[in-house]
Amino acid sequence: MSKRIKVLGFGLTALAMCGLSYSAVVAEPNNNQLMIDGKKITTNVKAPKGSPFEKLYSGWRFRSAETQKLQSDDFENPGFPLVDLGTELWQKVDGSAGKSCASCHNDASKSMKGVRATMPKMHKEIGKVQSLQQHVNYCRTERMGAKAWKWESNQMLGMAAYVGLQSRGMPVNVKIDGPAKAAHDKGKKLYYTRVGQLDMSCAGCHEENFGKMIRADHLSQGQINGFPTYRFKWQKMGSVHRRFKGCMKNIRAKPYKVGSDEFVALELYVASRGKGLSVESPAVRN
Amino acid sequence: MALQFKTCGIVAVTALTALAVLTGGASAEAVKPGDVKITDGQLAKSLTGKAGDPVAGKKTFVGRKLGNCLACHVNKDTSKQQFHGEVGPALDGAASRYEPAALRAIIVNSKQVFGEQTLMPGFYREAGLNRVNKKFKGKTILSAQQVEDVLAYVLTLKK
Ligand code: HEC
Ligand code: HEC
Repeated sequence: MSKRIKVLGFGLTALAMCGLSYSAVVAEPNNNQLMIDGKKITTNVKAPKGSPFEKLYSGWRFRSAETQKLQSDDFENPGFPLVDLGTELWQKVDGSAGKSCASCHNDASKSMKGVRATMPKMHKEIGKVQSLQQHVNYCRTERMGAKAWKWESNQMLGMAAYVGLQSRGMPVNVKIDGPAKAAHDKGKKLYYTRVGQLDMSCAGCHEENFGKMIRADHLSQGQINGFPTYRFKWQKMGSVHRRFKGCMKNIRAKPYKVGSDEFVALELYVASRGKGLSVESPAVRN
Repeated sequence: MALQFKTCGIVAVTALTALAVLTGGASAEAVKPGDVKITDGQLAKSLTGKAGDPVAGKKTFVGRKLGNCLACHVNKDTSKQQFHGEVGPALDGAASRYEPAALRAIIVNSKQVFGEQTLMPGFYREAGLNRVNKKFKGKTILSAQQVEDVLAYVLTLKK
Protein backbone atom coordinates (compact mmCIF):
# COMPACT_ATOMS: atom_id res chain seq x y z
CA MET A 1 0.00 0.00 0.00
CA SER A 2 2.51 2.63 1.11
CA LYS A 3 4.74 1.51 -1.73
CA ARG A 4 2.01 2.19 -4.24
CA ILE A 5 1.40 5.66 -2.79
CA LYS A 6 5.07 6.54 -3.04
CA VAL A 7 5.20 5.45 -6.64
CA LEU A 8 2.13 7.47 -7.51
CA GLY A 9 3.46 10.44 -5.57
CA PHE A 10 6.66 10.31 -7.53
CA GLY A 11 4.63 10.19 -10.70
CA LEU A 12 2.80 13.37 -9.75
CA THR A 13 6.00 15.17 -8.87
CA ALA A 14 7.62 14.08 -12.10
CA LEU A 15 4.64 15.32 -14.07
CA ALA A 16 4.65 18.60 -12.20
CA MET A 17 8.28 19.07 -13.15
CA CYS A 18 7.43 18.47 -16.78
CA GLY A 19 4.84 21.21 -16.46
CA LEU A 20 1.81 19.01 -17.09
CA SER A 21 -1.35 19.52 -15.12
CA TYR A 22 -2.40 17.01 -12.48
CA SER A 23 -5.78 16.47 -13.98
CA ALA A 24 -4.05 14.76 -16.88
CA VAL A 25 -2.92 11.90 -14.63
CA VAL A 26 -6.08 9.85 -14.28
CA ALA A 27 -9.58 10.86 -15.02
CA GLU A 28 -11.86 8.55 -16.92
CA PRO A 29 -12.31 4.90 -16.12
CA ASN A 30 -9.71 2.85 -17.97
CA ASN A 31 -10.47 0.53 -20.86
CA ASN A 32 -9.05 -2.70 -19.51
CA GLN A 33 -11.16 -5.84 -19.81
CA LEU A 34 -11.67 -8.30 -17.00
CA MET A 35 -11.30 -12.01 -17.76
CA ILE A 36 -11.31 -14.65 -15.06
CA ASP A 37 -10.61 -18.27 -15.98
CA GLY A 38 -11.15 -17.42 -19.62
CA LYS A 39 -14.58 -16.02 -18.83
CA LYS A 40 -15.49 -12.43 -19.67
CA ILE A 41 -16.74 -10.30 -16.80
CA THR A 42 -18.80 -7.31 -17.94
CA THR A 43 -17.39 -4.20 -16.27
CA ASN A 44 -19.00 -1.68 -18.60
CA VAL A 45 -22.50 -1.73 -19.97
CA LYS A 46 -24.97 0.68 -21.52
CA ALA A 47 -27.09 2.18 -18.76
CA PRO A 48 -30.69 1.01 -18.50
CA LYS A 49 -33.55 3.41 -19.15
CA GLY A 50 -34.05 5.96 -16.40
CA SER A 51 -30.43 5.71 -15.20
CA PRO A 52 -28.62 8.96 -14.42
CA PHE A 53 -25.59 7.50 -16.25
CA GLU A 54 -24.95 6.92 -19.93
CA LYS A 55 -22.70 3.99 -19.21
CA LEU A 56 -22.25 1.93 -16.12
CA TYR A 57 -18.77 1.08 -14.95
CA SER A 58 -17.72 -1.40 -12.33
CA GLY A 59 -15.36 -0.01 -9.68
CA TRP A 60 -12.78 -2.39 -11.20
CA ARG A 61 -12.34 0.04 -14.12
CA PHE A 62 -11.10 2.77 -11.78
CA ARG A 63 -8.42 0.72 -10.07
CA SER A 64 -4.74 0.48 -10.95
CA ALA A 65 -3.54 -2.23 -13.33
CA GLU A 66 -1.85 -3.90 -10.36
CA THR A 67 -5.06 -4.17 -8.35
CA GLN A 68 -7.02 -5.20 -11.43
CA LYS A 69 -4.63 -8.05 -12.08
CA LEU A 70 -5.13 -9.53 -8.62
CA GLN A 71 -8.83 -9.90 -9.32
CA SER A 72 -8.26 -11.62 -12.64
CA ASP A 73 -6.60 -14.62 -10.99
CA ASP A 74 -8.36 -16.54 -8.23
CA PHE A 75 -5.02 -17.81 -6.92
CA GLU A 76 -3.84 -14.27 -6.37
CA ASN A 77 -7.18 -12.83 -5.26
CA PRO A 78 -6.74 -12.22 -1.50
CA GLY A 79 -10.48 -12.78 -0.99
CA PHE A 80 -10.21 -16.49 -1.67
CA PRO A 81 -9.17 -17.75 1.77
CA LEU A 82 -12.60 -16.62 3.00
CA VAL A 83 -14.30 -18.23 0.00
CA ASP A 84 -12.61 -21.46 1.13
CA LEU A 85 -14.05 -20.95 4.60
CA GLY A 86 -17.49 -20.43 3.06
CA THR A 87 -17.09 -23.62 1.05
CA GLU A 88 -16.37 -25.56 4.24
CA LEU A 89 -19.22 -23.95 6.18
CA TRP A 90 -21.68 -24.87 3.42
CA GLN A 91 -21.17 -28.53 4.32
CA LYS A 92 -20.83 -28.09 8.06
CA VAL A 93 -23.63 -29.32 10.30
CA ASP A 94 -24.47 -26.69 12.91
CA GLY A 95 -27.36 -26.07 15.34
CA SER A 96 -30.09 -28.08 17.05
CA ALA A 97 -31.68 -29.39 13.82
CA GLY A 98 -28.49 -31.23 12.89
CA LYS A 99 -28.36 -29.69 9.44
CA SER A 100 -25.93 -27.92 7.16
CA CYS A 101 -26.73 -25.54 4.29
CA ALA A 102 -26.12 -28.48 1.95
CA SER A 103 -28.77 -30.57 3.74
CA CYS A 104 -31.44 -28.34 2.18
CA HIS A 105 -29.71 -26.66 -0.77
CA ASN A 106 -27.42 -29.50 -1.96
CA ASP A 107 -24.95 -28.36 -4.57
CA ALA A 108 -24.37 -24.63 -4.22
CA SER A 109 -23.14 -24.31 -7.80
CA LYS A 110 -26.69 -25.17 -8.88
CA SER A 111 -28.94 -23.97 -6.06
CA MET A 112 -27.15 -20.66 -5.44
CA LYS A 113 -26.49 -19.79 -9.06
CA GLY A 114 -28.01 -16.38 -9.79
CA VAL A 115 -28.92 -15.67 -6.17
CA ARG A 116 -26.37 -12.92 -5.58
CA ALA A 117 -27.46 -11.13 -8.78
CA THR A 118 -30.94 -10.55 -7.32
CA MET A 119 -29.93 -9.46 -3.81
CA PRO A 120 -31.18 -7.73 -1.78
CA LYS A 121 -34.66 -9.15 -2.29
CA MET A 122 -37.96 -9.77 -0.56
CA HIS A 123 -37.86 -12.39 2.21
CA LYS A 124 -41.28 -14.01 2.28
CA GLU A 125 -41.28 -15.08 5.92
CA ILE A 126 -39.67 -11.94 7.29
CA GLY A 127 -41.89 -9.83 5.06
CA LYS A 128 -39.24 -7.28 4.10
CA VAL A 129 -36.54 -6.80 1.50
CA GLN A 130 -33.41 -8.31 3.01
CA SER A 131 -29.72 -8.53 2.17
CA LEU A 132 -28.07 -11.86 1.37
CA GLN A 133 -26.67 -11.92 4.91
CA GLN A 134 -30.17 -11.77 6.39
CA HIS A 135 -31.42 -14.55 4.14
CA VAL A 136 -28.48 -16.65 5.37
CA ASN A 137 -29.11 -15.87 9.03
CA TYR A 138 -32.82 -16.70 8.70
CA CYS A 139 -31.88 -20.20 7.54
CA ARG A 140 -29.43 -20.51 10.41
CA THR A 141 -31.74 -19.44 13.21
CA GLU A 142 -35.12 -20.70 11.92
CA ARG A 143 -34.21 -23.77 9.89
CA MET A 144 -31.00 -25.02 11.45
CA GLY A 145 -31.49 -23.93 15.04
CA ALA A 146 -28.03 -22.36 14.89
CA LYS A 147 -26.80 -19.00 16.09
CA ALA A 148 -26.94 -16.03 13.73
CA TRP A 149 -23.57 -14.97 12.39
CA LYS A 150 -22.41 -11.44 13.05
CA TRP A 151 -22.60 -9.20 9.97
CA GLU A 152 -18.88 -8.63 9.54
CA SER A 153 -17.70 -12.02 10.89
CA ASN A 154 -15.39 -14.21 8.82
CA GLN A 155 -18.12 -16.85 8.63
CA MET A 156 -20.69 -14.44 7.22
CA LEU A 157 -18.24 -12.80 4.82
CA GLY A 158 -17.00 -16.21 3.70
CA MET A 159 -20.53 -17.48 3.11
CA ALA A 160 -21.56 -14.30 1.28
CA ALA A 161 -18.47 -14.57 -0.93
CA TYR A 162 -19.02 -18.28 -1.60
CA VAL A 163 -22.68 -17.77 -2.49
CA GLY A 164 -21.73 -14.66 -4.50
CA LEU A 165 -19.14 -16.60 -6.47
CA GLN A 166 -21.83 -18.94 -7.80
CA SER A 167 -23.25 -15.93 -9.72
CA ARG A 168 -19.95 -14.50 -10.90
CA GLY A 169 -20.31 -13.15 -14.43
CA MET A 170 -24.10 -13.01 -14.26
CA PRO A 171 -25.78 -9.62 -14.74
CA VAL A 172 -27.03 -7.79 -11.66
CA ASN A 173 -30.80 -7.72 -11.87
CA VAL A 174 -32.61 -6.80 -8.67
CA LYS A 175 -36.36 -6.50 -8.42
CA ILE A 176 -37.49 -3.00 -7.56
CA ASP A 177 -41.20 -3.13 -8.26
CA GLY A 178 -44.12 -4.65 -6.38
CA PRO A 179 -43.31 -5.28 -2.72
CA ALA A 180 -39.72 -4.07 -3.24
CA LYS A 181 -40.75 -0.62 -4.42
CA ALA A 182 -40.99 0.97 -0.98
CA ALA A 183 -37.44 -0.10 -0.10
CA HIS A 184 -36.14 1.06 -3.47
CA ASP A 185 -37.71 4.49 -3.03
CA LYS A 186 -36.42 4.80 0.50
CA GLY A 187 -32.93 3.89 -0.72
CA LYS A 188 -33.14 6.44 -3.48
CA LYS A 189 -34.06 9.14 -1.03
CA LEU A 190 -31.09 8.26 1.17
CA TYR A 191 -28.79 8.30 -1.87
CA TYR A 192 -29.64 11.89 -2.69
CA THR A 193 -29.86 13.26 0.87
CA ARG A 194 -26.91 15.38 1.95
CA VAL A 195 -25.60 14.38 5.35
CA GLY A 196 -22.76 15.03 7.76
CA GLN A 197 -20.71 18.04 8.67
CA LEU A 198 -19.47 18.12 5.05
CA ASP A 199 -23.07 18.16 3.83
CA MET A 200 -22.67 15.73 0.93
CA SER A 201 -24.74 12.98 -0.63
CA CYS A 202 -23.68 9.75 -2.32
CA ALA A 203 -24.66 11.37 -5.62
CA GLY A 204 -22.31 14.32 -5.08
CA CYS A 205 -19.32 12.03 -5.32
CA HIS A 206 -20.40 8.93 -7.25
CA GLU A 207 -22.87 10.39 -9.73
CA GLU A 208 -21.61 13.91 -10.35
CA ASN A 209 -17.88 13.38 -9.99
CA PHE A 210 -17.00 9.79 -10.84
CA GLY A 211 -13.82 9.57 -12.86
CA LYS A 212 -12.22 12.46 -10.99
CA MET A 213 -9.64 12.39 -8.25
CA ILE A 214 -10.71 13.41 -4.78
CA ARG A 215 -7.31 13.92 -3.23
CA ALA A 216 -5.74 10.41 -3.28
CA ASP A 217 -8.83 8.54 -4.48
CA HIS A 218 -10.12 7.92 -7.96
CA LEU A 219 -13.89 8.24 -7.66
CA SER A 220 -15.93 5.40 -9.15
CA GLN A 221 -19.68 5.17 -9.61
CA GLY A 222 -19.88 3.44 -6.24
CA GLN A 223 -21.26 0.23 -7.75
CA ILE A 224 -21.70 -2.78 -5.49
CA ASN A 225 -21.52 -5.68 -7.95
CA GLY A 226 -18.19 -6.81 -6.44
CA PHE A 227 -19.22 -7.24 -2.81
CA PRO A 228 -18.17 -8.68 -0.50
CA THR A 229 -14.90 -7.12 -1.56
CA TYR A 230 -11.34 -7.61 -0.41
CA ARG A 231 -10.00 -4.16 0.33
CA PHE A 232 -6.31 -3.35 0.95
CA LYS A 233 -7.23 -0.51 3.24
CA TRP A 234 -9.13 -2.96 5.46
CA GLN A 235 -6.57 -5.71 4.99
CA LYS A 236 -9.54 -8.03 4.66
CA MET A 237 -12.86 -8.67 3.05
CA GLY A 238 -15.80 -6.46 3.93
CA SER A 239 -19.51 -6.09 3.26
CA VAL A 240 -21.38 -3.45 1.25
CA HIS A 241 -22.73 -2.03 4.49
CA ARG A 242 -19.23 -1.60 5.88
CA ARG A 243 -18.35 0.37 2.77
CA PHE A 244 -21.46 2.57 3.13
CA LYS A 245 -20.48 3.21 6.74
CA GLY A 246 -17.00 4.28 5.69
CA CYS A 247 -18.27 6.73 3.10
CA MET A 248 -20.66 8.24 5.65
CA LYS A 249 -17.91 8.58 8.24
CA ASN A 250 -15.70 10.32 5.71
CA ILE A 251 -18.23 13.08 5.34
CA ARG A 252 -18.52 13.17 9.13
CA ALA A 253 -22.05 11.79 9.15
CA LYS A 254 -23.54 9.39 11.66
CA PRO A 255 -23.67 6.10 9.74
CA TYR A 256 -26.63 3.75 9.88
CA LYS A 257 -26.03 0.33 11.40
CA VAL A 258 -25.01 -2.67 9.31
CA GLY A 259 -28.15 -4.67 8.58
CA SER A 260 -30.44 -1.69 9.29
CA ASP A 261 -33.52 -1.13 7.12
CA GLU A 262 -31.83 2.04 5.87
CA PHE A 263 -28.73 0.29 4.61
CA VAL A 264 -30.74 -2.58 3.11
CA ALA A 265 -32.83 -0.01 1.24
CA LEU A 266 -29.73 1.86 0.12
CA GLU A 267 -28.16 -1.43 -0.98
CA LEU A 268 -31.21 -2.28 -3.08
CA TYR A 269 -31.25 1.12 -4.73
CA VAL A 270 -27.50 1.15 -5.43
CA ALA A 271 -27.73 -2.42 -6.79
CA SER A 272 -30.46 -1.25 -9.18
CA ARG A 273 -28.10 1.45 -10.47
CA GLY A 274 -25.75 -1.35 -11.55
CA LYS A 275 -28.25 -3.35 -13.56
CA GLY A 276 -26.42 -5.39 -16.20
CA LEU A 277 -22.95 -5.24 -14.68
CA SER A 278 -21.53 -8.67 -13.86
CA VAL A 279 -21.44 -9.96 -10.32
CA GLU A 280 -17.74 -9.93 -9.38
CA SER A 281 -17.79 -11.28 -5.83
CA PRO A 282 -15.22 -11.38 -4.39
CA ALA A 283 -13.77 -8.25 -6.00
CA VAL A 284 -10.45 -6.64 -5.04
CA ARG A 285 -10.24 -2.91 -4.33
CA ASN A 286 -7.77 -0.56 -2.71
CA MET B 1 -9.86 7.50 1.97
CA ALA B 2 -11.72 10.29 0.41
CA LEU B 3 -11.37 13.27 2.62
CA GLN B 4 -8.66 11.77 4.70
CA PHE B 5 -8.92 13.75 7.88
CA LYS B 6 -7.19 10.96 9.76
CA THR B 7 -3.69 11.30 8.35
CA CYS B 8 -1.27 14.18 8.37
CA GLY B 9 -1.26 14.29 12.16
CA ILE B 10 1.88 16.34 12.11
CA VAL B 11 0.44 19.02 9.91
CA ALA B 12 -2.65 19.11 12.07
CA VAL B 13 -0.75 19.40 15.32
CA THR B 14 1.56 22.06 13.97
CA ALA B 15 -1.29 24.08 12.61
CA LEU B 16 -3.27 23.80 15.83
CA THR B 17 -0.29 24.86 17.91
CA ALA B 18 0.33 27.78 15.62
CA LEU B 19 -3.31 28.68 15.89
CA ALA B 20 -3.32 28.65 19.69
CA VAL B 21 -0.34 31.00 19.72
CA LEU B 22 -1.76 33.28 17.07
CA THR B 23 -5.31 33.64 18.22
CA GLY B 24 -4.59 34.04 21.90
CA GLY B 25 -7.85 35.18 23.48
CA ALA B 26 -9.35 36.47 20.25
CA SER B 27 -11.65 33.48 19.72
CA ALA B 28 -13.99 34.72 22.46
CA GLU B 29 -14.87 37.69 20.26
CA ALA B 30 -15.37 35.71 17.06
CA VAL B 31 -18.70 36.07 15.27
CA LYS B 32 -20.76 32.96 16.05
CA PRO B 33 -21.65 30.81 13.03
CA GLY B 34 -25.34 31.49 13.62
CA ASP B 35 -24.76 35.25 13.51
CA VAL B 36 -22.92 35.29 10.20
CA LYS B 37 -24.90 37.12 7.51
CA ILE B 38 -23.92 36.57 3.89
CA THR B 39 -25.65 39.11 1.62
CA ASP B 40 -25.50 38.86 -2.18
CA GLY B 41 -22.67 36.38 -1.93
CA GLN B 42 -20.55 38.76 0.14
CA LEU B 43 -19.27 38.75 3.68
CA ALA B 44 -17.23 41.89 4.16
CA LYS B 45 -16.71 41.80 7.91
CA SER B 46 -13.88 39.71 9.35
CA LEU B 47 -15.06 36.88 11.62
CA THR B 48 -12.48 37.78 14.26
CA GLY B 49 -11.43 41.36 13.63
CA LYS B 50 -7.90 40.06 13.50
CA ALA B 51 -5.89 39.90 10.29
CA GLY B 52 -5.52 36.42 8.84
CA ASP B 53 -2.10 34.79 8.66
CA PRO B 54 -1.40 33.36 5.19
CA VAL B 55 1.32 31.02 6.46
CA ALA B 56 -0.98 29.38 9.01
CA GLY B 57 -3.69 29.55 6.35
CA LYS B 58 -1.67 27.50 3.91
CA LYS B 59 -1.24 24.76 6.52
CA THR B 60 -4.96 24.72 7.13
CA PHE B 61 -5.59 24.69 3.39
CA VAL B 62 -3.40 21.61 2.91
CA GLY B 63 -4.10 19.73 6.18
CA ARG B 64 -6.33 16.73 5.69
CA LYS B 65 -7.92 17.10 9.11
CA LEU B 66 -8.35 20.84 8.66
CA GLY B 67 -9.49 22.55 5.45
CA ASN B 68 -8.39 19.71 3.20
CA CYS B 69 -9.05 22.07 0.31
CA LEU B 70 -6.69 19.96 -1.80
CA ALA B 71 -9.23 17.13 -1.67
CA CYS B 72 -11.09 19.01 -4.38
CA HIS B 73 -8.84 21.79 -5.69
CA VAL B 74 -5.41 22.12 -7.27
CA ASN B 75 -3.20 25.16 -7.23
CA LYS B 76 0.38 25.66 -8.34
CA ASP B 77 1.63 27.01 -5.03
CA THR B 78 0.96 23.68 -3.29
CA SER B 79 2.21 21.50 -6.16
CA LYS B 80 4.76 19.85 -3.87
CA GLN B 81 1.91 18.26 -1.92
CA GLN B 82 0.85 14.78 -2.97
CA PHE B 83 -2.64 14.27 -4.32
CA HIS B 84 -4.76 17.14 -5.50
CA GLY B 85 -8.43 16.75 -6.22
CA GLU B 86 -10.21 17.57 -9.45
CA VAL B 87 -13.71 18.02 -8.11
CA GLY B 88 -13.55 21.83 -7.86
CA PRO B 89 -11.87 24.40 -10.12
CA ALA B 90 -8.15 25.19 -9.87
CA LEU B 91 -7.61 28.00 -7.40
CA ASP B 92 -4.77 29.74 -9.20
CA GLY B 93 -5.88 33.30 -9.71
CA ALA B 94 -8.92 32.98 -7.42
CA ALA B 95 -7.96 36.26 -5.73
CA SER B 96 -8.08 38.01 -9.10
CA ARG B 97 -11.53 36.61 -9.87
CA TYR B 98 -13.23 37.38 -6.55
CA GLU B 99 -13.33 40.21 -4.04
CA PRO B 100 -12.10 39.33 -0.55
CA ALA B 101 -15.69 39.63 0.74
CA ALA B 102 -16.86 37.04 -1.81
CA LEU B 103 -14.00 34.66 -1.02
CA ARG B 104 -14.80 34.87 2.69
CA ALA B 105 -18.42 34.05 1.93
CA ILE B 106 -17.40 31.08 -0.26
CA ILE B 107 -15.26 29.61 2.50
CA VAL B 108 -17.79 30.28 5.26
CA ASN B 109 -20.78 28.82 3.41
CA SER B 110 -20.40 28.20 -0.30
CA LYS B 111 -24.05 27.09 -0.57
CA GLN B 112 -25.09 30.70 -0.07
CA VAL B 113 -22.85 31.78 -2.93
CA PHE B 114 -23.00 28.99 -5.52
CA GLY B 115 -26.41 27.60 -4.55
CA GLU B 116 -27.61 24.53 -2.68
CA GLN B 117 -26.28 22.12 -5.29
CA THR B 118 -22.59 22.83 -4.89
CA LEU B 119 -20.47 20.03 -3.51
CA MET B 120 -18.22 22.39 -1.60
CA PRO B 121 -18.79 22.19 2.15
CA GLY B 122 -19.40 25.29 4.26
CA PHE B 123 -16.45 25.62 6.60
CA TYR B 124 -18.07 27.93 9.15
CA ARG B 125 -21.65 26.85 9.54
CA GLU B 126 -23.37 24.49 11.93
CA ALA B 127 -27.07 24.88 11.24
CA GLY B 128 -29.22 23.02 8.75
CA LEU B 129 -27.06 19.90 8.60
CA ASN B 130 -28.33 16.30 8.66
CA ARG B 131 -27.06 13.38 10.75
CA VAL B 132 -23.81 14.99 11.77
CA ASN B 133 -21.51 12.51 13.53
CA LYS B 134 -21.54 13.03 17.30
CA LYS B 135 -17.87 14.01 17.32
CA PHE B 136 -18.60 17.01 15.09
CA LYS B 137 -22.09 17.98 16.20
CA GLY B 138 -22.50 21.70 16.82
CA LYS B 139 -19.00 22.34 15.56
CA THR B 140 -17.77 24.10 12.46
CA ILE B 141 -15.15 22.47 10.22
CA LEU B 142 -12.79 25.40 10.78
CA SER B 143 -12.60 27.95 13.58
CA ALA B 144 -13.25 31.61 12.85
CA GLN B 145 -9.55 32.41 12.87
CA GLN B 146 -8.74 29.42 10.63
CA VAL B 147 -11.24 30.79 8.10
CA GLU B 148 -9.53 34.18 8.21
CA ASP B 149 -6.14 32.51 7.82
CA VAL B 150 -7.25 30.41 4.84
CA LEU B 151 -8.76 33.53 3.32
CA ALA B 152 -5.45 35.36 3.78
CA TYR B 153 -3.74 32.49 1.98
CA VAL B 154 -6.26 32.34 -0.89
CA LEU B 155 -5.81 36.11 -1.29
CA THR B 156 -2.19 35.43 -2.24
CA LEU B 157 -3.35 33.33 -5.23
CA LYS B 158 -3.30 36.12 -7.82
CA LYS B 159 -2.87 35.86 -11.59
C1 HEC C 1 -16.76 12.58 -0.27
C2 HEC C 1 -16.98 11.69 -1.37
C3 HEC C 1 -17.86 10.47 -1.18
C4 HEC C 1 -19.16 10.40 -0.73
C5 HEC C 1 -20.06 11.55 -0.31
C6 HEC C 1 -19.53 9.00 -0.79
N1 HEC C 1 -18.49 8.26 -1.23
FE1 HEC C 1 -18.52 6.26 -1.70
N2 HEC C 1 -16.54 6.32 -2.14
C7 HEC C 1 -15.76 7.45 -2.17
C8 HEC C 1 -14.41 7.10 -2.55
C9 HEC C 1 -13.24 8.08 -2.71
C10 HEC C 1 -14.40 5.70 -2.76
C11 HEC C 1 -13.21 4.84 -3.18
C12 HEC C 1 -13.01 4.92 -4.65
C13 HEC C 1 -14.21 4.39 -5.39
O1 HEC C 1 -14.35 3.16 -5.51
O2 HEC C 1 -15.05 5.19 -5.82
C14 HEC C 1 -15.77 5.24 -2.52
C15 HEC C 1 -16.19 3.92 -2.68
C16 HEC C 1 -17.50 3.51 -2.62
C17 HEC C 1 -17.96 2.17 -2.94
C18 HEC C 1 -17.08 1.00 -3.37
C19 HEC C 1 -17.10 0.82 -4.86
C20 HEC C 1 -16.31 -0.38 -5.30
O3 HEC C 1 -16.27 -0.64 -6.51
O4 HEC C 1 -15.75 -1.08 -4.48
C21 HEC C 1 -19.31 2.17 -2.75
C22 HEC C 1 -20.23 0.99 -2.93
C23 HEC C 1 -19.69 3.50 -2.31
N3 HEC C 1 -18.58 4.29 -2.25
C24 HEC C 1 -20.99 3.90 -2.03
C25 HEC C 1 -21.33 5.15 -1.47
C26 HEC C 1 -22.65 5.48 -0.96
C27 HEC C 1 -23.85 4.57 -1.01
C28 HEC C 1 -22.57 6.74 -0.45
C29 HEC C 1 -23.59 7.53 0.34
C30 HEC C 1 -24.03 6.96 1.58
C31 HEC C 1 -21.23 7.21 -0.70
N4 HEC C 1 -20.51 6.21 -1.29
C32 HEC C 1 -20.78 8.50 -0.41
C33 HEC C 1 -16.17 8.75 -1.89
C34 HEC C 1 -17.44 9.11 -1.46
C1 HEC D 1 -15.62 18.50 -1.51
C2 HEC D 1 -15.13 19.42 -2.46
C3 HEC D 1 -14.54 20.76 -2.06
C4 HEC D 1 -13.75 21.10 -0.98
C5 HEC D 1 -13.25 20.20 0.14
C6 HEC D 1 -13.45 22.50 -1.13
N1 HEC D 1 -14.03 22.99 -2.26
FE1 HEC D 1 -13.89 24.92 -3.00
N2 HEC D 1 -15.13 24.41 -4.57
C7 HEC D 1 -15.64 23.14 -4.81
C8 HEC D 1 -16.46 23.21 -5.99
C9 HEC D 1 -17.21 22.02 -6.61
C10 HEC D 1 -16.43 24.54 -6.45
C11 HEC D 1 -17.15 25.12 -7.68
C12 HEC D 1 -18.37 25.84 -7.23
C13 HEC D 1 -19.61 25.36 -7.90
O1 HEC D 1 -19.82 25.75 -9.06
O2 HEC D 1 -20.34 24.58 -7.30
C14 HEC D 1 -15.57 25.26 -5.54
C15 HEC D 1 -15.24 26.62 -5.67
C16 HEC D 1 -14.32 27.30 -4.87
C17 HEC D 1 -13.87 28.65 -5.10
C18 HEC D 1 -14.24 29.54 -6.29
C19 HEC D 1 -13.25 29.20 -7.38
C20 HEC D 1 -13.55 29.82 -8.73
O3 HEC D 1 -12.58 30.13 -9.43
O4 HEC D 1 -14.73 29.97 -9.09
C21 HEC D 1 -12.98 28.96 -4.09
C22 HEC D 1 -12.21 30.26 -3.91
C23 HEC D 1 -12.88 27.79 -3.24
N3 HEC D 1 -13.70 26.80 -3.75
C24 HEC D 1 -12.06 27.70 -2.13
C25 HEC D 1 -11.98 26.58 -1.30
C26 HEC D 1 -11.20 26.54 -0.08
C27 HEC D 1 -10.35 27.67 0.44
C28 HEC D 1 -11.40 25.30 0.47
C29 HEC D 1 -10.93 24.74 1.79
C30 HEC D 1 -11.03 25.56 2.97
C31 HEC D 1 -12.26 24.57 -0.43
N4 HEC D 1 -12.59 25.37 -1.49
C32 HEC D 1 -12.67 23.25 -0.25
C33 HEC D 1 -15.43 22.01 -4.05
C34 HEC D 1 -14.71 21.95 -2.87
